[in-house]
Amino acid sequence: MGMTITEKILAVHAGAEKVTPGDLINSKIDIVMGHDLSMPPAIEEMERIGADRVFDREKIVLIPDHFTPAKDVKSAENCKRMKEFARRHQISHYYEVGEMGIVHALLPEQGIVLPGDVVVGGDSHTTTYGGLGAFATGVGSSDLAAAILTGELWFKVPESMKFVYHGKLQKWVDGKDLILYTIGDIGVDGALYRAMEFTGETIDQLPMSGRLTMANMAIEAGAKNGIFQVDRVAEEYLQGRANRPYRIFQSDRDAIYVDVRDYDVSRIEPQVAFPHLPSNTKPISQVGDVPIDQVVLGSCTNGRIEDLRVAAQVLRGKKVAPYVRLIVIPATQEVYRQAMREGLFEIFLEAKAVISTPTCGPCCGGHMGVLAKGEKAVSTTNRNFIGRMGHPESEVYLSNPAVAAASAVKGRIAAPEEVVRS
Amino acid sequence: MILRGRVRKFGNDVDTDVIIPVRYCTSSDPHELGRHCMEGIDPDFPKKVRSGDIMIAGKNFGCGSSREPAPIAIKATGISCIIAKTFARIFYRNAFNVGLPLLECEDGPDQIEEGHEIEVNLDTGEIRDLSLGQCFQAKPIPPFMQDLLRDGGLMNHLAKKLRN
Repeated sequence: MGMTITEKILAVHAGAEKVTPGDLINSKIDIVMGHDLSMPPAIEEMERIGADRVFDREKIVLIPDHFTPAKDVKSAENCKRMKEFARRHQISHYYEVGEMGIVHALLPEQGIVLPGDVVVGGDSHTTTYGGLGAFATGVGSSDLAAAILTGELWFKVPESMKFVYHGKLQKWVDGKDLILYTIGDIGVDGALYRAMEFTGETIDQLPMSGRLTMANMAIEAGAKNGIFQVDRVAEEYLQGRANRPYRIFQSDRDAIYVDVRDYDVSRIEPQVAFPHLPSNTKPISQVGDVPIDQVVLGSCTNGRIEDLRVAAQVLRGKKVAPYVRLIVIPATQEVYRQAMREGLFEIFLEAKAVISTPTCGPCCGGHMGVLAKGEKAVSTTNRNFIGRMGHPESEVYLSNPAVAAASAVKGRIAAPEEVVRS
Repeated sequence: MILRGRVRKFGNDVDTDVIIPVRYCTSSDPHELGRHCMEGIDPDFPKKVRSGDIMIAGKNFGCGSSREPAPIAIKATGISCIIAKTFARIFYRNAFNVGLPLLECEDGPDQIEEGHEIEVNLDTGEIRDLSLGQCFQAKPIPPFMQDLLRDGGLMNHLAKKLRN
């Protein structure tokens, strides 16, 4: 019987010919990532057991991205602790404010994660790197510490589910809508403990930005990892970024999937996930009148240059509605520079948006746009749980960048067509 | 090991943002985290919990973030064990990594109610609802997870291994 991409990557890293779902394996880790929230407790634990060391300084990535530039004294102390650890152990991949980015945008952009890798990160959205054909999954601070110390971690080999997309995407529909639609279909635990493999002719045409967005949100269906086949689009993206060899794996024809789902994307409209679950989706035509107070454009889900371009296309020559805040957060310094070079900032600023340095900030209710009681936000981020962006009685509606931009202009959740005449 | 306690019941898809909002996660002090536990659903929860109480929930408990303060906060309130239909996978690892036992049980969570007195056998997975006079069978805790609990979490387990 054949194996899936996920099973093949895990087998190679466990030193096994073959693995089967349910097997407990010990896997070698290629890249371990920690940030300013997950890393300080890991350091504390390593120090507590008297093991202040790292298995390989070139395979560890430490980036302050959640509450940076530090929002308060405690955040500053956490960042300092991580920086000192990075210095002490001569960590190759430490990115200070000024060169950093939101981890899940930065690691693919800088060629740090590559196809065939096993990547663990102290962040649930580590699944993002599956967009590049890596097995990547989130862990807590103890597992993070164990991986940094030993370069290994145990896993249960997940069953795989296959999601096949065919047909042509409607205007203003992108990877965000495909993944929201899929989560709406299977639920927030629809892929619990499993691997989500995304494939089909629509995916073949989907740019890397859309694939990374989809893999990013695999966790929102409970998945262990999301994964894409590396193809010509991915290899073009890797050119000039990858500076070490990588391996491309393909699922066998007779690989086993516990479920296969087919979607005709030509029928999928832009999706909006209503509070308080990412699975609570509606097509934009059925949203109704939802007035809003804030729009967030950014995050590890939708803070890449392609996302900012789409938003700018909608916002060009328009103004944000009165009493509404539009916060634009390019996900990395490189995205920031590129957006500036392309004149996107001029469009955003003319529209009365504010532009922030890269940070996770408002997505998790940290800073740079926390919501008050009763406020509603449209956000291109990935979660809309109770209190996610601030007060427990605030509300978050998830959407793609075009819908977010149109909503900022209209002051209510709006379709891009209401703002841009095609 | 047998635990006995009063039930604190929650529903499906309890996420890490309601278990412990990220704004408190700059602290690693369990007591500080425990004071805000379940704030998104029931702000008085930490005051209501008695040490040894047992949490019961539906499916997908702990979905969302990878934040380890989530099981740390729950443990710090005095909760001795969580029984749910299913757990989100990162939460599952994190809980055992910090020494908080979890049991997966399909039918118990529907019938065991808030305030019931229950007895849980962590070795066999047997759950006895003393208020109801009924038994439920959870999946036994896998041997590796038992080791983690015995050693008091992953880092202590690792320290032991490194010493040997």
